Formats: sequence, C-alpha cells, structure tokens
Amino acid sequence: MPKITVTVNGTSHTSEVEGRLLLVHYLRDTLHLTGTHVGCDTSSCGACTIHLDGKAVKSCSMLAAQADGSTITTIEGLATGNELHPLQEGFKEEHGLQCGFCTPGMIMCAADLLSHNPNPSEQEIREGLEGNICRCTGYHNIVRAIQYAANKSLVVSE
Amino acid sequence: MIPSSVDYTRASSVTEAIQLLTDNPDAKILAGGHSLIPAMKLRLNAPSLLIDIARIPELRFISDEGDKVVIGAASTHHDIISNEAVQDMRAMVEAGELIGDTQVRNMGTLGGSIAHADPSADWPAVLLVLGASIQVQGPNGERFIAANEFFLGFFMTGLDEGEIVTAIHIPKLAEGQQTAYRKFMQPASRFAIVGCGASVTVQDGQITDAKVAFTGVSDAAFLDEGVTDALIGQPANLETIEAAANAAAEGDIHINEDHFASQAYRKHLAKVYAKRALAGACGLE
Repeated sequence: MPKITVTVNGTSHTSEVEGRLLLVHYLRDTLHLTGTHVGCDTSSCGACTIHLDGKAVKSCSMLAAQADGSTITTIEGLATGNELHPLQEGFKEEHGLQCGFCTPGMIMCAADLLSHNPNPSEQEIREGLEGNICRCTGYHNIVRAIQYAANKSLVVSE
Repeated sequence: MIPSSVDYTRASSVTEAIQLLTDNPDAKILAGGHSLIPAMKLRLNAPSLLIDIARIPELRFISDEGDKVVIGAASTHHDIISNEAVQDMRAMVEAGELIGDTQVRNMGTLGGSIAHADPSADWPAVLLVLGASIQVQGPNGERFIAANEFFLGFFMTGLDEGEIVTAIHIPKLAEGQQTAYRKFMQPASRFAIVGCGASVTVQDGQITDAKVAFTGVSDAAFLDEGVTDALIGQPANLETIEAAANAAAEGDIHINEDHFASQAYRKHLAKVYAKRALAGACGLE
C-alpha cells in the first residue's frame, strides 16, 4: 500500500493508505476531520472543497495518494484559536448559511478566490462559486458573506 | 462511490512512466485524474495500477519558444489560462475559463483531457483551430501527431499502446490572425453540448485563412471545412460570417444525439455557435 505524508492544517501525518482511498475519506475517516463534507460525490457540488498546496480542489475526486507530499488546509484550519477567519465571521454575520452542509466548501472556495482577487465584484464572486452548490440560501447571503470578508480583510491590511 | 482496488505508483520521469506502462498493460496513466477518478468511482474503468505522472517536472512547464508556445502535458487548466504566453490566443483562454469550475481547473490537465478525448471536451476544438502538434513518447521513442490526426473518435486518439502525451506545441498567431471559443454548455456538468473554436486571419479586410472546429457535435472534435470554404477570400463582415455559419455541421458528419439535445437541435446550435465564435474572432460581436 502507498505510504503518504501530508501536512494538514499545520500537522504532519504519515499513513499507509489503499491506492483507491479518496482524499475526502482520508480526511474524514482517518484524520477525523469531518468538516469537509461529501455531498454529490461526483465533483459537481463542491462540499468537499479543500486547499491542496494553496489551491481549492475537490477532495472527493482525487486519491489520498495523489496528495502525498502536499500541504492541505481544511475548514478546521482556517480559524486562529477562538478567532474566526473573516470568511467564517462573514457567513455568521450575513446569515450565509441555513442548513450549513455546503458552507465548508463555500468558504474554502471563497478563500481561494480572495487569495488572488482580494476585492472581487459581485459578478466575480458568483462566477468564482460556480463549482459550489447550495440548496437553501439562493446564494444572495453567501455573496454578501464573501463581500463582508473581503471588506474586512481590506480594512485589516490597510 | 468507491473505486475498485487499484495499486498506485508515482513515476519520477517520463521514461519510468513508459516502462511501467509497458510492464503493466492493464495500467492507466493518472495526471489530474478529473476524468479517470470519476470514471473509476462509477466502475466504468478498473485499472490494476495507476501511474501518477502529475509531478514529473519535465511535464509541467509552459514555455514561449519564439514561433510557438509549448505546454507540458501535466500543466493544469489553471496554469494555462493564467500564463502570459497564451493570452493573445483568445480561444485558449476563453475555452480554458469555461472548463468545469475553479476546483476542476486547479487539478485537471491539458494532456489528460486530450488523451481521454471526451467528445464534449473543450480543448480539442481549440487545438484543431490553432494547428497544434501533440508530442508523444512511447517504447519506440518520440513522435509528433498533428491535432487533426489525433482526435479519431469516441474516446479514441492517435496514441499507440504504451505512448503518453508529453507536450502540446502551438504555433504563434500569424499577422492578422485572431481566435475565439464559444460554447453552449450542459449546465450541471459544464461539458459542451456544442463548443466552437474559430481562427480567422484577415488582411486588408479580406479573410485569407480560417479554421472552425466543433466539439460536442460529433463523436470526436473535427474541423468543419464547409464553414472554412465559405470564409476564405470573402470580406470579414457579419454577412460573410452568417453565410459561412449556415454551412456548419452539414454534409457527411455524424451528429450526436442524447437526452440533452436532438440531432436537429445540435445542428442548429452548431450554426449559432459558429456565428458567435467567428464574430468573436473578427471582433464583430
């Protein structure tokens, strides 16, 4: 079985994994990081989005073995202690979630968007979320939550 | 959904990958895996071994070589559309931006997409109109396959047993040449129901060269010469484009039919999207 070493949310893990083990199952079942969700399981809904070496990817559509040697951030790795990440705060303040199932993926995808476009227009936010599906909110408050985070981050960096 | 049991190995060089593939005829090459892993999850594909080539440094580069741009096969869609070297090839950027979504573009690769040869994939139509050449390597060495001899049919390419795509060579645009890509997508999968790439070279208001290619329309991406014939030698205006676009997907071409679009509807869409892509390339939208 392949032996992999990955750094997840700052902690290094070495594991023997089955070749067919999907990354999302490694995160959830082996590392018990259940914030990353399995939604559609067909790379359409984005609930399983994590960052692989700084880029948003769908962890249900790749093998754990493919991540060997990589740095991974999951939703659990965003907050600093008790201080929420601006995106987490934005979703709370702007009521960006209802059932919350899609939220970890939405936040991880939005974090990728803001990392290369810190001040996106509403249209750019909507296009940036094309790979994430929400069945509750109608997206309006998700867009507002991301705008909140963008505004807050801009204020902080100024 | 869980794939069936499979061994996994990471090749450190192209030579090693080819050796592994030769020794294990039942193996599959894995790059981004964004076609292969979903297919394996559905048990449509069950290789005994996956040979991961995504991190082979010699496969992940984009270089401007003066008269052409060379793209390593393991370059992701995101690598390509964010690279300075391809920005004036608008068809490349426009097609790349319409592939899947952010997350898919961060993992999926150009080489993987063309080797998989999904009849609805975006890149094949673009490589056809840009006159790309596909560099492949196998047990018998290296060779080049022209894009119009590469996409042979339904998930079928010009690759021989044991060969892998290593790079894609794209000639730089000629003077007066402009390109565009437009697509009508299936809204959930974002695959093309009809995708059209267009390249038009205009000198003194006259079209001197043109290429139009479709994806999603037939069992493989193809150059539509009926459209091209109606463009060359004509003035570059909307009247010419409209007349040429009406010739799209006619003649002896097998037109796909599925639960998204009938043959008649696909044929209609081909004409509409030929017009849009040509207008885009001519700056007449």
